[in-house]
Amino acid sequence: MSNIKKAFENGKAFIPFITCGDPDLETTAKIVKEMAANGADLIELGIPFSDPTAEGPVIQNANLRALSGGVTTDKIFDLVRDLRKDVKIPMVFMTYANVVFSYGAEKFISTLKEIQMDGLILPDLPFEEKDEFQPLCDKYGIDLISLIAPTSENRIAMIAKEAKGFIYIVSSLGVTGTRSEIKTDLASIVKTVRENTDTPCAIGFGISNPEQAAGMADLSDGAIVGSAIVKIVEKAGRNAAPEVGRFVKSMKDAIR
Amino acid sequence: MTNPKGRFGVHGGQYIPETLMNAVIELEEAYNRFKNDPDFQKELKDLLNEYAGRPSRLYYAEKMTKDLGGAKIYLKREDLNHTGAHKINNVLGQALLAKKMGKTRLIAETGAGQHGVATATAAALMGMECVVFMGEEDTIRQALNVYRMRLLGAEVIPVKTGTATLKDAVSEAMREWTSRISDTHYCLGSVMGPHPFPTIVRDFQAVISKEIRSQLLEKEGRLPDAVIACVGGGSNAIGSFYDFIPDTSVRLIGCEAAGRGIDTFETAATISTGRLGLFHGMKSYFCQDKYGQIAPVYSISAGLDYPGVGPEHAHLHDIGRAEYVPVTDEEAVCAFEYLAKTEGIIPAIESAHAVAYAQKLAPTLSKDKIIVVTISGRGDKDCAAIARYRGEDLHE
Repeated sequence: MSNIKKAFENGKAFIPFITCGDPDLETTAKIVKEMAANGADLIELGIPFSDPTAEGPVIQNANLRALSGGVTTDKIFDLVRDLRKDVKIPMVFMTYANVVFSYGAEKFISTLKEIQMDGLILPDLPFEEKDEFQPLCDKYGIDLISLIAPTSENRIAMIAKEAKGFIYIVSSLGVTGTRSEIKTDLASIVKTVRENTDTPCAIGFGISNPEQAAGMADLSDGAIVGSAIVKIVEKAGRNAAPEVGRFVKSMKDAIR
Repeated sequence: MTNPKGRFGVHGGQYIPETLMNAVIELEEAYNRFKNDPDFQKELKDLLNEYAGRPSRLYYAEKMTKDLGGAKIYLKREDLNHTGAHKINNVLGQALLAKKMGKTRLIAETGAGQHGVATATAAALMGMECVVFMGEEDTIRQALNVYRMRLLGAEVIPVKTGTATLKDAVSEAMREWTSRISDTHYCLGSVMGPHPFPTIVRDFQAVISKEIRSQLLEKEGRLPDAVIACVGGGSNAIGSFYDFIPDTSVRLIGCEAAGRGIDTFETAATISTGRLGLFHGMKSYFCQDKYGQIAPVYSISAGLDYPGVGPEHAHLHDIGRAEYVPVTDEEAVCAFEYLAKTEGIIPAIESAHAVAYAQKLAPTLSKDKIIVVTISGRGDKDCAAIARYRGEDLHE
């Protein structure tokens, strides 16, 4: 088991997301350090993809900004190598299956170990296809994170039983992005998860304010926030780090 | 071992968000239930024959044959189907299936607009709601088809993300499907995407090759020596090839859109220039950079302007059963004009890619050989774009 379990040892976990290289990697480095300093328990680093089919417009645009700025997988690996000198909390990559596959799965996943990443989230890799990368993740001690959706129903137990690191519960139908209201019966999903595994679970998709985060963390082991942070970066650009830090603090304080 | 479901060799699979998994499983179960159901098959056959106008003609292109001076050329006239393309074969099947599944709403992606028009048509016929996603760039290239879809009662949503073409329309339709599953069927237009779509679409398009076989046996008493079709995602091609796959004497030739040439970046020839990847639900060949970012492909043909290819084609390529050849914009435009002048048939610019290769191949074969070229659609929709290509500004 990786370091991810440590993320769930400080009460409810707050898990922020950021797209690497939006607007540039120097800004990403500052933001990640601010997140860690302000109470983030685990950080999701997005490796941009040209066609992110699970993302709403906010993160889609962040991906495009990053790619048009010339960010590549190798440059992001270098960023993490550098960040690991200061940032000790668990970190996972969030990207799409083709980014891993195309790089060479073994080369990609072994590099994750080398640069001390703890896990990998691939929203277009469902349970049925996880053997594409699972054996390599096992070999290099990387947690391949499982996702559970509002439509998973009879699949929850099967997914939970084999889950590693933590379980990413998708709060709502559709793509990433902030929502005014989350209607899914998340309590019953979490209950089924708990009946099948001790692996912690956190809820993401649509969470944008401390009240929502507190509600979601109350139902599970933590809250994941992406689009709301990416929006701050979209607005504040290279000066976004302090504001992201304040936002992370307010969220962690709300769910503690 | 990776998921064996829906594999063609190493290709295929189900690389999609968890949110969609139960939807594709439900679709597969429904399809398996209805594909052998005599009532469903009869209902579909009646629709294809009475509504869509099947069987489509297998026409002996005598002037073209004489002009090229080699193999005898037959044209499989999918352009004569209702709505003007092969797309209706698949759409009637999927719409009927969706209806049996209790779905009331169809969503679709479209490139050239032919699949969108076919989906809008089926939705009108069956009393279903219809939303079509179309790259903004394509809504300009194919304005007439946008109007046709709206006339048929569909909502057309221009997709502005990425290259604003077919791949972005597919991505947006997938996003829409994840947000609304219970009443909505995603009527995918080609032999691509996650399992079971490549199989379902192929089965519904296989009527093309079944008809070619029986029609040619009747006319010539034998099988063709080659079948030629254009390939974007590859639905008319797999439909034209499928029944002949076991007949190894029949060459199967897919014509990819080379755009401005396979030695340029402005191409959509996936098998010539792509490599193995995981995208839009499938493992197959994709045009991509070294980091796996999907390439912004280009072709004059909106219907072939896609950076991937269906997984069964990728497999037929791997095992050498089918050949895939690149055809440039210029060659396709010349073939478009050639078929109009020689046979009085204006093909879709997509289909013109297949005609162009037939023009190259026929003279190299002896007169006792037979080539079948699938004319997947009619070219009315392309006249303005071809006029522009030739420097004429045509107002529709």
